[in-house]
Amino acid sequence: MTVELFEKIPNNVNLSADKRLQRALEQWLPNYISWWKEMGPDQFQESDVYLRTAVSVESDGWAHFDYVKMPEYRWGIFLEPQVPGRTIGFGDHYGQPAWQEVPGEYRNTLRRIIVTQGDTEPASVEQQRMLGHTAPSLYDLRNLFQVNVEEGRHLWAMVYLLHSYFGKDGREEAEAMLERRSGDRDKPRILGAFNEPVKSWLDFYMFTMFTDRDGKFQLCALSESGFDPLSRTCKFMLTEEAHHMFVGETGVDRVVQRACELMKETGSNDPQAIVKAGGIPLDMVQRHLHLWFSLSEDLFGGEISSNAAEFFAAGLKGRYKEDGYSEHTGLNQFYEMPVPSEGGKIVMTQVPLRNAMNEVLRDGYVADCQRAVDKWNRTIERQLGERGADFKLALPSRRFHRQIGIYGMNAGNYFDPSGQPISAGEFESQRSKWLPTDSDREYLKQIMRPVTEPGKIAGWIAPPARGINGQQIEFEYVRHLPA
Amino acid sequence: MENAAKTESTHPVPPSFETAPDRYRHFRIELDGDVARLLMSVREDEPLCPGYVLKLNSYDLGVDIELCDAVQRLRFEHPEVRTVVVTSGRDRIFCAGANIHMLAQSTHGFKVNFCKFTNETRLAIEDACRHSGQKYLAAVSGPCAGGGYELAMACDEIILIDDGSSTVALPEVPLLGVLPGTGGLTRLVDKRKVRRDRADVFSTLAEGIRGKRSVEWRLVDQIAPRSRFAQVVHTRAHQLATEAKAALPSAPGPQTGVVLEPLSPTVDGDTISYRFVHLKLDRTHRTAHLTMNGPGPGQAVGSAEALHQLASRGELWALRAFRELDDVLCRLRFHEPLIGLVILQTRGDRAEVLAADAALYAQREYWLGREVLLNMARVLRRLDMTAKSFFAVVEGESCFAGSLLELLLAADRSYVLESPEVKLATGTLNAGALLCGNGQTRLGLRCHDQPARVDEILRRGEAGPLSAEDADKLGLCTVLADDLDFADTLRLAVEERVSLSPDALTGMEQNLRFPGPDLSEGKVFGRLSAWQNWIFIRENATGPQGALTSYGRPERPSFDWRRT
Repeated sequence: MTVELFEKIPNNVNLSADKRLQRALEQWLPNYISWWKEMGPDQFQESDVYLRTAVSVESDGWAHFDYVKMPEYRWGIFLEPQVPGRTIGFGDHYGQPAWQEVPGEYRNTLRRIIVTQGDTEPASVEQQRMLGHTAPSLYDLRNLFQVNVEEGRHLWAMVYLLHSYFGKDGREEAEAMLERRSGDRDKPRILGAFNEPVKSWLDFYMFTMFTDRDGKFQLCALSESGFDPLSRTCKFMLTEEAHHMFVGETGVDRVVQRACELMKETGSNDPQAIVKAGGIPLDMVQRHLHLWFSLSEDLFGGEISSNAAEFFAAGLKGRYKEDGYSEHTGLNQFYEMPVPSEGGKIVMTQVPLRNAMNEVLRDGYVADCQRAVDKWNRTIERQLGERGADFKLALPSRRFHRQIGIYGMNAGNYFDPSGQPISAGEFESQRSKWLPTDSDREYLKQIMRPVTEPGKIAGWIAPPARGINGQQIEFEYVRHLPA
Repeated sequence: MENAAKTESTHPVPPSFETAPDRYRHFRIELDGDVARLLMSVREDEPLCPGYVLKLNSYDLGVDIELCDAVQRLRFEHPEVRTVVVTSGRDRIFCAGANIHMLAQSTHGFKVNFCKFTNETRLAIEDACRHSGQKYLAAVSGPCAGGGYELAMACDEIILIDDGSSTVALPEVPLLGVLPGTGGLTRLVDKRKVRRDRADVFSTLAEGIRGKRSVEWRLVDQIAPRSRFAQVVHTRAHQLATEAKAALPSAPGPQTGVVLEPLSPTVDGDTISYRFVHLKLDRTHRTAHLTMNGPGPGQAVGSAEALHQLASRGELWALRAFRELDDVLCRLRFHEPLIGLVILQTRGDRAEVLAADAALYAQREYWLGREVLLNMARVLRRLDMTAKSFFAVVEGESCFAGSLLELLLAADRSYVLESPEVKLATGTLNAGALLCGNGQTRLGLRCHDQPARVDEILRRGEAGPLSAEDADKLGLCTVLADDLDFADTLRLAVEERVSLSPDALTGMEQNLRFPGPDLSEGKVFGRLSAWQNWIFIRENATGPQGALTSYGRPERPSFDWRRT
């Protein structure tokens, strides 16, 4: 690989002088590009997409907009600038200088954390690769691709850490992230939600709303890390992640708005009337919300977790906004949570705080999700006025439809959306009421027809409030679409 | 027969070591011609005692007893099976090893016994692989850690699923501050021949190793992706079965299995009575009298058919009596930690023992003859490895002949009454059919100072029973005493023995029982009794801030850094 190529990679890690990183990237980059071409957005590799590229961490540098063909996107390596004298903010090493190199005793644990986080990035690109064919507008198509290339950059960010700090097995792990495939029976992605298909644009908005929001909280927790390069990397990633959540949150909002508009137009509250009119009825939105919220909650890990305790104790993964806490060791404190016990009863139980760190992080997540749901409900109110009183979207209880942890169905626990314990049979009998059905999927497939004319929008979603980067909604966000 | 139901004890020991497939809680055997599948599917909520949950296919003694039973029954009841596929009945987990919380709440003595029992089952698997033509194939379809990987290593071959996440691992050192010492470390280098520097890396890597590297490092023999895993396992299992049949065919005779009937001893206060074995406990003196009776007439069968018939009726002495001995040894180990000395006695007709032994030995090429002999050898090895003192006491009615003479040879000492009625008799089975764990005969170990004596004793034995005096001259008596001295000599020896430090005695006996060269088998027992369980009781593991204590708790361990 030529030196010029390295010079084209935007970075603030002094790549042009870092022989070790160059050697690692030399191997990895061609494989990354092959992976992108094979698993990135299907058939849109030659299109010109109006994308944001980060070219530096300065305030004018992280959002540079221009048309670019995705395989030529300038994926870069950026860390937030180092804070001189930064100390570890929590755990047993509280107050000690932050590590600039990986501490040997935590090397394997850190690598596992980074690999698990990194693996989700290419996974989501794979999950979304067919969506370009059914985008409701060029605006949405562009947003999809923006999310995709930035997930690619997030992979780069994690690979940078593996390459720079973890030697040979770091390089092997970086390769392995290009070998696993979302939903593949033989080489699945590491975490469950990242093997679920993102089939429709409603799934995509839910994914970017709920699953990428898990990403936000994980990145926030890791940005507290005592391992400074990880902390700085994650801080920068958060700025990009914010856009993904914006896409999800506003996407769902626009679907909700459109459903309300159709309710008004048809004068009917009957979901079937909305279906007839080509919209997505609110009960179908609610079912998807149930699904993606519960899948995403699983990503936080078990409610009572020795790993979580270890990560916190070791100073590797902190709490959301750790600074806001007055006490940072987490010792001799307890977290009260409802734990299913014998006979299906739920008992409030004191769990040592460190072991409950996943749940602490989940608390912040649930509150953040609730804020978005409230916003969607305000849209319903605004649209429907008094008539909308019966229509409220709601997060299910965090016990509902869980695959792992103390509420997990694998342990034989079933709960309704309000969190009441029920039998497996009851759950199954209500499943089609609570979770997306085959006919929902079939219907969504039917209405997801691509709209490629600038400024036009599909009938099942409202247009966005404004364009990207101050452009008009009519702007041609993607050019040279595949025939 | 006692009730095998859970006791209220906080000690994870069952009242009985007997079970049967229709009572298994954690295993399932599926038969398919010459291949059997042994599926491990541990019920989380059925530990032997309260205080822990058997998550992730982790095991306690209750699980292990079923495994032991399954291995034993596959040999006797299903001789047509030539490959046993050991696999998990649960999705995405193979076995997470011994249950940590169970170990944490157990006494030191229990842990040693538990580890020994576990390893004996693994040795039985290896014995089947090596000598019975029944191969074991570990089909590892999910994470496989600690004792789970040790179990896999006990098999001939390991196939690991290559799904990008399933690993084999020995995480004890980095995660828990203890050892994968129930044969794990030793089998890694001695059996699987993993390079010792790689073994060092592997044993300090909590997350383990997966995929191609696990094959390169010889940690597993083969990997297969999820979509082809079942097929690869199936194909290899049948290949192994075909190879095993060719390598070790059975001599002609009935090829169907024989059912191992329940032993159902009568437990009455301080006595346990089986058909041939009787145990009487003397708790005041912390001793036990273990008496084994020889066979009645009719055991000297002349054909494979006759042997099979006897065994099918549950009347084959060599099988039944040694199964009883096995069971009573387990009870002694687990139920009677305070018993320090076992007096070994025999009763019966020496000629009948020798005739039964010879008839059995004549059928050693026939599968059932072979299995009965192998079982006798395993039971005697369990005795060798029991942490109690054994004194053999030889009197007029004694029947230390042939296979029963092995009890005397296994004992730490022999007390022989000097009297014309007292005789010892060697036979066919003393010459090499019932080897110790170090590959030596007990007679050879007894004469390790004068190897030529082994042949001399066997030759003299062919000519008829040895008198007490001759036995003494040939080195078979520790103490020879006449009837005036005998009782008192024995009493003093017993009282002296039980007054000594039990720890020191265990260590001393294990050092002295196996003079000369050692094999992996001996290394494993020695190391698990000493290293593994020493580390277990150290502050760094089980102290208030030890790694094992801290596991799963919010505090991280704190070590005393001094090397010992």
